[in-house]
Amino acid sequence: MWNVTFAELRKLRRPTLFFGTMGAVVFFSALFSSLLFLLIDSPDGNSDRGRMVGREVLSLATGGVQGFSSVGGFLGIIALCVFAAQTAQEYTYGTLRNLLVRQPGRLRILLGKLIAMKVFALVMIVLSAIISISTSVILAPGAKVPTDLWFNADGRHAIFTTFINVIISVIGFGIIGMVLGLLLRSPISAISFGILWLLIIENLLIAVKNSLENWLPGAQLSAIASGGSATGRSAGIEYSHALLVGGIYVAIGAIVASFLFVRRDVAN
Amino acid sequence: MSNTAISVTDLSKRYGNQIAVSHATFEVPLGTICGFVGPNGSGKTTTMRMLLGLITPTGGTGEILGHSIKHPEKYLPRVGAMIEGPAFYPALSGKENLNVLATLGGFSTDRVQGLLEQVGLADRGKSKFKTYSLGMKQRLGIAAALLPNPKLLMLDEPTNGLDPEGIQEVRGLLRSLANNGTSVFVSSHLLSELELISDYLVMLRKGEVVFTGKMTDLMLSQQPVIIAKTSNEHELVRLLEIAQSAGHQASIRDGAVHVQGPADWAQVLNRAAFDAGITLSQLTPQLPNLEETFFEMTGEK
Repeated sequence: MWNVTFAELRKLRRPTLFFGTMGAVVFFSALFSSLLFLLIDSPDGNSDRGRMVGREVLSLATGGVQGFSSVGGFLGIIALCVFAAQTAQEYTYGTLRNLLVRQPGRLRILLGKLIAMKVFALVMIVLSAIISISTSVILAPGAKVPTDLWFNADGRHAIFTTFINVIISVIGFGIIGMVLGLLLRSPISAISFGILWLLIIENLLIAVKNSLENWLPGAQLSAIASGGSATGRSAGIEYSHALLVGGIYVAIGAIVASFLFVRRDVAN
Repeated sequence: MSNTAISVTDLSKRYGNQIAVSHATFEVPLGTICGFVGPNGSGKTTTMRMLLGLITPTGGTGEILGHSIKHPEKYLPRVGAMIEGPAFYPALSGKENLNVLATLGGFSTDRVQGLLEQVGLADRGKSKFKTYSLGMKQRLGIAAALLPNPKLLMLDEPTNGLDPEGIQEVRGLLRSLANNGTSVFVSSHLLSELELISDYLVMLRKGEVVFTGKMTDLMLSQQPVIIAKTSNEHELVRLLEIAQSAGHQASIRDGAVHVQGPADWAQVLNRAAFDAGITLSQLTPQLPNLEETFFEMTGEK
């Protein structure tokens, strides 16, 4: 299994993929955090969907990770795309048969790939945390937001819990991407379907019936990233509920996709 | 220890109502080069896929290097394979692609440069796979198949896209591998190539094995043909009548009379032609080649 992980990491570190993805992470992490402080007095809001996050919220111990927490759902979408593409391309390139000839244990291939992609996601999250928090620290004085509480014991705890929540959320999104890649066997189809569902269909469904928010997978994973807090896209979802429902979605998807991957003939 | 590299019995694969491989039974002795031939759609690739654990047979059994094909993990570390053409990551270089596979299989990446040199890609190893010509892709596929230092090499159309020099190199490579004890199971539509290198042959038609055995046995079992040419068509017809009146099957093709019969009957035909006042410009007894035998056995032409 570790051989699969190391082999997958060789693919993930190729410059166009690695630096392209990390570049996007840096850009959006800086953007989300910057808007939070630069638009703090804007009547149109300074957070996602026009929500207002005021100085009193930003000056709390959790204020330093507001930007990081907001970008968490977006990191999840990036992870979904990467995981889906890396999985589905084995079918489109026909390289799956090479992998299976060299490593016939199909579950080992899946687990090995998953571990490698988790490492990739972790690098993404660490980078995002550094950029988000640094941007917040740099811009807070200009926005007249006190940062005294950001790095005391409560602040450090907030950083840690947000980091863990974003990791859980991003890996959840990533596994969904992997499941889509295995089921659809085409990077374009898997990514398109994933983004279409998360960004459009879920939002439409929630707009039609608000209570659906508690039961849709993307909303749960976004809620985990924001720690079930009162801000962000999934403001009304409790953390424990999101963890349970999101976990069930991810687990069912992973079990079904793994079963199909192990049983299905590799005929292309 | 089994002395067969591959042994299958009644191996079958069915997709719905369509039978891809039907009760295939054959053996490939260790250390031989075995040609695997059959028309398109005859089930060659499906058979190879079953042997490599990529698809599950619907019936029958098989063993590779003494292990059941139900447990590919037991024999695949000693098997090199290229099936359905070379498949690699286009954005990675040839060398990096081999490094990925070496890492995956737990082989030393130190072997990679040597393999690139062995297949004539040493100077293009750092180029991206997507920039390779078909021939270069084939070479990289062969290099990948050689990564595990295989006891059994399974290659599906390895000479596709190669120029004559490349084909000759692959032929030499396979022969040297076989001489060093590697068993080679190779499919190709270039029957003349297989005729040159194969010791053993498995022939498929519509999913069924129509011949399995030594190449020499197959060729010797074929009726020799005597080819005779005359200076004009009138004499050609008279020569045909002489052959037929002697009880031999004969026909005129490509400006020559083709007579089925033992090679030593050529001298009888020569004398009969002389007695009839026919001057022969060519008289050649020969065995049919693999291609002619293949078409005759598979009924494809």
